[in-house]
Amino acid sequence: MHEWALAEGVVSTATRIAEEQELKEITEITVRIGELQQIDREILEFALDQQRTPLMRNAKFTLESIPAKLRCRVCGEEWRFSPDDLGEEISEAIHFVPEMAHVYLKCPRCGSPDFEVVEGRGVWLASIKGVKDGG
Amino acid sequence: MADPRLEVIGRRLAGVKKIIAVSSGKGGVGKSMIATTLALALSRRGYRVGLLDLDFTSPATHVILGVEGLQPEEEKGIIPPVAHGLRYMSIVFYAVDEPAPLRGAAVSEAIIELMAITRWGELDYLVIDMPPGIGDATLDMIRLTPGISFLAVTTPSRVAFETVRKLLRLLRELEVPVVGVVENMVMNPSSRVRSQVEGIGIPYLGAIVFDPEVEEALGDVERLMGTRFAEAVGRIASELSQQIP
Repeated sequence: MHEWALAEGVVSTATRIAEEQELKEITEITVRIGELQQIDREILEFALDQQRTPLMRNAKFTLESIPAKLRCRVCGEEWRFSPDDLGEEISEAIHFVPEMAHVYLKCPRCGSPDFEVVEGRGVWLASIKGVKDGG
Repeated sequence: MADPRLEVIGRRLAGVKKIIAVSSGKGGVGKSMIATTLALALSRRGYRVGLLDLDFTSPATHVILGVEGLQPEEEKGIIPPVAHGLRYMSIVFYAVDEPAPLRGAAVSEAIIELMAITRWGELDYLVIDMPPGIGDATLDMIRLTPGISFLAVTTPSRVAFETVRKLLRLLRELEVPVVGVVENMVMNPSSRVRSQVEGIGIPYLGAIVFDPEVEEALGDVERLMGTRFAEAVGRIASELSQQIP
């Protein structure tokens, strides 16, 4: 239920932004999920739904998956992360702390663990839509 | 785009009364030993204590505690397991025995992730074993955890103290509280470090005499807590605990 903690962050960030922008209602929240973290979409959707505040009672949660792209700093190789061949324990470690990728993954070309996660690492609040106060 | 993790870190620490980051300028001065023993000493004085090992590339507190077979519980985030009475969190739960070669940016990300998902609950003290120096982890913890205070560890060596002086100066410039400086691994007692620490207006918490027994006590908490080292750290724990009613 690590998704629960992330959902809590999304709800709380959306609430702060809505307050800053004086929205009286949030109609849509778009969340970007990097594949590296292997978030369970159903659990995240459930957690978001459970933590809805009155401000977002009718809001639609849109979840966008971003493929995880890795680039080796040593040889420049680029590749896409795939959780398929990882065992359960490794998958779970990367799920909780995506940087554990550097512990368990290696560049497929040169074998280095010194790669960067170009995109698709974590969970981001991409945008919120809503109705302005008095609008 | 907003990072939802940053929003919840404060909430995860809301039940923690005091956060003490055990830090130094250089490695090898005994930070992990002092952080772990301080946490144990506070716990044995009846406080609710957490220990967080933030030295992701070189974690060591699990060796000192002799932790084996523990795993965090998953419950709306993660709940640190209890090790010898401490709520305990370390990257070894995820990296196990493997090396974790992390660059600074990755260290930052991992810190934010762990701080955002770890539910500490109600604690009197959260003791943090920091990586050495004034790099990413130190800057992140200052940025992410208002209310953090630092305990600096040095040895009598001028090489070690020179780097601690810079740490102390940075903390002062950033208006981050320092609970004091501990002089560890003392072999030839001298007042040099004490007078320099007091000269810059920071509490000198004490000198800990080098204790060869400590190495033999690694992984055996009962034996560790019986060493002269632990006795000295215990006195520091008593002094610090007076700061919390």
